[in-house]
Parts: sequence; C-alpha cells; structure tokens
Amino acid sequence: MQATPISPATPVVHATSWWTRNQRKVAPYLFVLPFFIAYGVFFLVPVVSSFILSFNKQVGLSTPTFIGLGNYTALLEDPRFLTALKNTTIYTACSVFILSPLALLVALTCRSFVVPWANARSLYRIAFFLPQLTSFVVIALMWALIYDKDFGLLNALLHVFKIEPIPWIRDEQYSMTSVVITAIWTFIGINTLYFLAGLQSIPDEINEAASIDGANRPQTFFYITLPLLRPTILFVVIQAIIFSYQFFDIPALLTGGGPSDSTLTLALYLYQIGFSQFKLGYASAIGYMIAIVAVVVSLIQFLFFRTSQDT
Amino acid sequence: MSTYKAPLIAGRVFGNAVLILAVLTMVLPFVYMALASFKPGSELYSIPLRFFPDSIYIGNYQALFGRTSFVRWFINSAIIAIGRTVLSILFSLAAGFAFAKYDFKFKGLLFVMLLATLTLPIYVILVPLYTMMIRMGWTNSYASLILPFMANAFGVFLTRQYLLSVPNELLEAARIDGASEWRIFWQIILPLAQPVTATMAILFFSAAWKDYIWPLIVISDDKLFPVSLGLPSLIGPYQQEYGIVMAGSFLVTLPILIIFLIMQRRFIEGIMAGAVKG
Repeated sequence: MQATPISPATPVVHATSWWTRNQRKVAPYLFVLPFFIAYGVFFLVPVVSSFILSFNKQVGLSTPTFIGLGNYTALLEDPRFLTALKNTTIYTACSVFILSPLALLVALTCRSFVVPWANARSLYRIAFFLPQLTSFVVIALMWALIYDKDFGLLNALLHVFKIEPIPWIRDEQYSMTSVVITAIWTFIGINTLYFLAGLQSIPDEINEAASIDGANRPQTFFYITLPLLRPTILFVVIQAIIFSYQFFDIPALLTGGGPSDSTLTLALYLYQIGFSQFKLGYASAIGYMIAIVAVVVSLIQFLFFRTSQDT
Repeated sequence: MSTYKAPLIAGRVFGNAVLILAVLTMVLPFVYMALASFKPGSELYSIPLRFFPDSIYIGNYQALFGRTSFVRWFINSAIIAIGRTVLSILFSLAAGFAFAKYDFKFKGLLFVMLLATLTLPIYVILVPLYTMMIRMGWTNSYASLILPFMANAFGVFLTRQYLLSVPNELLEAARIDGASEWRIFWQIILPLAQPVTATMAILFFSAAWKDYIWPLIVISDDKLFPVSLGLPSLIGPYQQEYGIVMAGSFLVTLPILIIFLIMQRRFIEGIMAGAVKG
C-alpha cells in the first residue's frame, strides 16, 4: 500500500469525525439548551422586565415613564393594597395557627388508634387527597352552593339547630370566615398527609424507650415527638405561608374579593390592577411585594433546614 | 407503620369517630355537588333543602352538552394539559440528565439559579409575560397557553435528583460499546426514568388542568376557554339552573379522580415530592 504523502499544510484527518470525538463534551449543552431557551425567554426575561417595570408608570401598552420608587411609596399608602395585605396576612395566620395544628391533630389521631379494617387506611388517604385533586375553580363553585344563604347546605344544617340563616359570602362580617373555612377544607387533607409521613419517620423504638423510662403520653409528645417532627412542621408552615400569599382562585370565584374588599387578597388585587385597570407598572410593584414575602420565607426555611441538619 | 394502641376501648371509638368525621367532611361537598347535578332548578332551590334528588334528573347534563360549549372547553383543557405536560417532561428530562450526569461550564451557577427562582411566585412575571403575548400576537391562542410553560424548573430538579442514582458505569459501558450520547439518552435514560416521568406527568397535568389565572388573562374567546374559564362563565346565564354548573364541575373532577385511583402511589409520591427530605 502506498503511503499518502502528508505535507505540513495538510491537516491530519482522523478516522472519526469531530462530532464523535467531542459529543460527550458538547452533548450536555445541547441537552440543557431547549430548557434554558424557554426558561430565559418565558421566565428570566419577564422577571427582569417586571423589576424594571415596577419603577415605571405604564398604563396599557403606552410608553412607560420612569418614576423611581413612586409605585412602592404609593402602595404603602394605598388603602386597597393595605386591606389586601391585611386580609392575606389573616389568611396566612389562619393557615399557620389553625390549619396546621388541626392537620397535626388529625394525623396523630390517625396514627394513635387502630384502624378497624385494612382498607380503611386507603379510604382515609383518598378522602384526604380529594380536595388536592380538584381544581380550585370547582371547589369555589361547589362551596358557592354550600354557602348560599337561602338554599345552601350550611344554612340548611343550621336550620336544623334552629339558627338563623347566615349570609356567608354576601356579608362583610362573614365573608372572611367563609373563605377561611373553604381554604382550611381544601388544604387540611394534604397537610394531614404530610404530618403522617413525618410521624411515620419517627422510629417506634424511641416511643418505647420513652415509656420504659416512665414518660406518659403528653410528655412523650412534647419532648420527643414534637422536636423530631420539626422538619415536617417547618415544611408545612412554610408551604402554608407561601400558598396563602398567592391565594387567588378561591377568593376570586367565591366572593370576587368582596363585599367591599373584605376578602381581597394581594394576588387578586394584582389581577385587578394589572388586568382590569391595566396599570402595569403598579401591578409589577405589587408582584414584587408578593415575591419579597415568598423569597424571605423560603430563605428562612433554607436557613432553618441547614441548622436542623446539623443536630 | 406501627400504631400506638389506645389503652381504652372508649379511646379507640373516639379516635375512629374523629377520623370518620374528618373523612365525611372531606367527602360531603363532593357528594353534594354530584347529587346537585342531578336535580332540576326547582329542587335545587327548594325550601326545605332536600339532600337527595327526588329522581335522577339528567336535564342538567343534557343542557350542559346541548346548550353550552362544555365539550369544547373539555377538549381545550385536554389539549393544554397534554401540550404542557409532554413538552415540559421532555425539556426537564434532557436538562435533568445533563445536570445529573455531565460536567459542563456554569453547571453549578445555573443550578443555583434554578433553585433560587423556584421560590419566585408566578405573580412576578404575569404582567410582562402578558405584554409579551400581546406583542407576539399570541393572545387567544393555544401557543400562549402551552409554550410559556415548557420550562419547568421543578421538573429539572426532580429529574436530576432521580437520575443521580443511575450508575455511571452503565453509561460508560454504553459509550465503550459505541453508543452516542443521544442514543444513551433515548435508549437508556428514558426507560430508566419512567418513575420520575410518571410523577412529573401527574404533577404537570393536574397543574395545567387546574390553571385559572393565566387563561383568564390571555383568553377572551369563548371557543378557547379551558373548563376552568368555561365553568364560571355558566354562572351568569344559568344562575337559576346551578345544577348545570354542578354537572360540569362533577365531570371535570372525574378524570383526575379516576387517574388518581389507578395510580395512587405515583400521585402521592408526586405531591409529596417536596415534603420528604433526607
């Protein structure tokens, strides 16, 4: 076989292509490319754009005018915003101080008592999961019927106890309570399941050791169970806070934020400002106010998880 | 799972009573909704309230299919949910694979960025995303309902987490045998990733099905309504026949309920995915 003369100017040609040799280095970039293009265009760009917009005034699609912190200072004096903030904080407080303990209670009850038959556990699980499966729209529509003053299920039940019908969602006094009840109903199932998972991860030996050492039930609960449950409690509470600050669908469809803004949430207010009144700059500022809460809360969770890992 | 046996029978009875009450409370509104869908307006709005319908009235369902665009809305919801789910699963699998099994420039930085932005609520981007839709002419189109959701950071996170446990030797062996990276992805990773794919499918599908605020913002054409917009639109015209609204709500809940009953374990894994931390 004649050797092909190779001159210095001719590059050496390998038997394999550039692609075959380099694909392992290049492949990851190609794999992440679709995701990051979409992520960049539909998420990162809007995040930055929203930030910039929050320092501007823009109504509709007109040209934005720079107003510095104008939107933010206006928000702090905006009565509707402050009402929304107050309402949203009330929802959050109810999630943390009513919903979570209640879920823990139900979870403890589930764990503590023998379930009569084997499939009951499955039944309980399905029942607790039901609200998570349904769209908030359906939940709101369902509860609108239950809360109806004249024909609703709740007032029919009250009637049995000779109590006057209550205008649940039509009256300022009761509207907040109505929304809170619906919210608790919607989220208690999943939180109970979270706590059940957390309780399950506590080994039985610990409880047995405690009772051998003479601890009674309350002592076991407060000094052993609760501390071990800390990560779960943290998770549940953080989730509750984050969710509550973004509460939109149920208030929007159950009460529309009313009557008289009594159930207005931050998210609902953002919608009204941005997409009914088209005050885009102002709405962006509201969006960032919501974001600040979410980020701060998540940060706290992150820090807490770090410290609990160390114990 | 162990149970902490209650010492007294009375305790057990009380415990079970509490549980049964809890289950009833969860289930009752659904039952009420289902029953209401079989009542005509006259029964629904009668005093005193009758819990059970006098007889199964199908008029609501007839009206739902005959006089409203319910079928259209249902199909729209399906298109949107399937579209979003398929695209975001594909993108998440590819990106998650890269993060799990490759080293590349900025990998660490990009991952931290992903994690950080997981905490941002959607409300931050609603306004500019909307103006983007207008500028691209995507309002009132399926594009606006599907495409902005192609990139799901949580999906990447889940996939990466799952694929980390795939032994590197497996991939190396394939490479030695001459498989291209692409083939490795399609023929090794994808089949192995079935569990996390199922989890993502459930999460993304149900999230898309339940989405209310985004369609509310970008869709005004009744023909493109998903059920989450269509059902509330029935309230005005059919106020006196709320049974129709209940019928629609009931039908909308059924598919997810059925999928849940079939794939209980996957479903629960998916929704608990954030909670169970090491």
